[in-house]
Amino acid sequence: MSTVNEKIAGQIQQIATQLLESKEVALFLGYTQGTVPGAMQPFVARDVEDAKRLSWSSFCVVNLANYLPGLLRSLEPPRRPNEPPPEGPLPKVGVVATGCWSRNMVVQIQENQIDRERVVIVGVPSRGMVDRRKLQESVGQREITSIQEDDNSLLIRGNGFEKVINRWDVIRDNCQTCVHPDPVIYDRLVGSLSGDRNIPDRFRQVEEIEALSVEERWNWFQEEISSCIRCYACRNVCPLCYCPTCFVDDSRPQWVGKSKEQVDTALFHIVRAYHCAGRCTDCGSCESVCPMGIKMRLFTRKLQKDCLELFDFEPGLDPDIPLPLTTYSTSDPEDFILTQIRKGDEK
Amino acid sequence: MKPLAIEKTLVEDWLGDLCDDFDVFSPSMTKKGFYDWAPFQSGTGLQVPTGVPKSSIKTFFFPQPEVLFHFKASVSDPDAYRLKEPDCQERKALLFGVRPCDARSVVLNSMPYEPDPYFQARRKNTLIVGLLCKESCSTCFCKWTGGSPTGREGMDLALMELEDSYLVEPVSERGQALISSTIFRKPKEQEISLVQELYARKNGEDAASTLRGKELMALYEAPFWNQVSQSCINCGTCTFLCPTCYCFDIQDETLRGKGRRIRYWDSCMFPLFTQHASGHNPRGDKIKRVRNRFMHKFKYFPDRFGPVSCVGCGRCVRDCPVNIDIRQVLSNMLGV
Repeated sequence: MSTVNEKIAGQIQQIATQLLESKEVALFLGYTQGTVPGAMQPFVARDVEDAKRLSWSSFCVVNLANYLPGLLRSLEPPRRPNEPPPEGPLPKVGVVATGCWSRNMVVQIQENQIDRERVVIVGVPSRGMVDRRKLQESVGQREITSIQEDDNSLLIRGNGFEKVINRWDVIRDNCQTCVHPDPVIYDRLVGSLSGDRNIPDRFRQVEEIEALSVEERWNWFQEEISSCIRCYACRNVCPLCYCPTCFVDDSRPQWVGKSKEQVDTALFHIVRAYHCAGRCTDCGSCESVCPMGIKMRLFTRKLQKDCLELFDFEPGLDPDIPLPLTTYSTSDPEDFILTQIRKGDEK
Repeated sequence: MKPLAIEKTLVEDWLGDLCDDFDVFSPSMTKKGFYDWAPFQSGTGLQVPTGVPKSSIKTFFFPQPEVLFHFKASVSDPDAYRLKEPDCQERKALLFGVRPCDARSVVLNSMPYEPDPYFQARRKNTLIVGLLCKESCSTCFCKWTGGSPTGREGMDLALMELEDSYLVEPVSERGQALISSTIFRKPKEQEISLVQELYARKNGEDAASTLRGKELMALYEAPFWNQVSQSCINCGTCTFLCPTCYCFDIQDETLRGKGRRIRYWDSCMFPLFTQHASGHNPRGDKIKRVRNRFMHKFKYFPDRFGPVSCVGCGRCVRDCPVNIDIRQVLSNMLGV
């Protein structure tokens, strides 16, 4: 009996083989097995032989939408920065997409970063991906030498220990609170759709922080980012971050200092989060790839909550509904522009 | 210099005493669930993780940022634009529990930084108490890069963990001076023979050094770079966690008439690293940047200085967001 993931991997291989063989796509973007336990590597298959290496597991934590604009560009004839693309059909890319990844593709389409006609999306309803920090914690930070995945459990082995853990217990926070696990747009489907999930307290983590006083919240934020090494893995893995020159790289004017001074790190994280407002799908890639374990996903999660409460909007669900920050209506709420201090609440 | 021994139960007392003369740092479990360098605190229990802590000890030699000098930027000031050396009267630092790979990285970094007064001052000011490795992690590969789990290069003292004690071997004069206290005793014969057994373990082949003989252009144009770079997201995780990545950028920061010139970490993974003022970028594409990282470590650096610029600590393997495994790249390079 093969596991759910093995079946998914098999179907992805099959679809990719067919797409590559028929020349419908020039490249197929998916995942392949990594070299250390629990690591999966984003992988571009160029031919049928490569397609055999495609795989799937609960460790596919990097949002593949991130690679799409670059991959599509790599298939276009070289041109100057502002020159329009050449006329006529351009080569296509096949790509695997879970719920959130497909929603990011919708945002990319809305923001003219990818052309829907040039991507063949292979939808995979997501069962949630594993948080390797939770996994490490579950074995008391001991070194893991192998992980064997079953449908609902993980068999973890290390030097002198072996442990079976419940898969859902170590699933990432964003996946545990995800209400849209199914791909929103797709051309092929692997498995069957599971439908939206109902999670009443899905913003609980944000509410806990909201309940703190201003000072406590600031301290929490400072503490959270204190270990940041400014490697920009969070920025670079994000499918929303595609500016030709990021504000942190600008030198005229220089918006933000470059070293590890706390004030600069804080500014980077605040501005990064705000750039994602109304666009972030909570795919959790930023948090998954952070080498220093910063929970920066909570910053964008707060903005998602605001966006939902203020504009009744969740990004990437419908290509026809414009992103809230690219449009306006006269009925938009504006009372948040000034902070209201109720009488008696002044400090 | 003869080895001594110390009971495990006394190590904390010893480090506590050293705190009088040094800022002592040791690996410690962070709130985030990994080991990282932190000031040693008596009474909290000494933690000795297998393998290397999250950050390398380069954080002690290349501070973020290094202030190169101060200046005043107001024209009316008679001292305007006169450069003032930064205050460098820091206390001496002592790093406890440094693994052989990290200790060796300081020696390698010293080669390009030989004429650099800032680095050399910190090196003079920082003592390294090493901890030799009995076990390796799955991401360790020091043997491939000319190192060894029991290598003592770069250390002042080398400790080997035994059942209830550590065998302490002075490697430098200043290391010797650290163990004059009566806490240390003469090692038992059995302790010495145990350690010698560990030292005698075979090191395997120093695979990386063979790269020096490889033809530069054949490596440069090898087809595998495309596949390696394809999954890279061009972040700085590998370079910033790497103990032997030492590249920097320099900037002047001025605020309200006061200024300073700082040196801070840069990464060859970032496009800005090679961006010219003209706008031209010789490493404008991802593949060129990815290739450079490995070529620098395994070809350019050894061609110039001898050893490869990698100590096999495995941090980049452990934390690369997309699992680019330097061991695999090295194998690819060896296969050319």
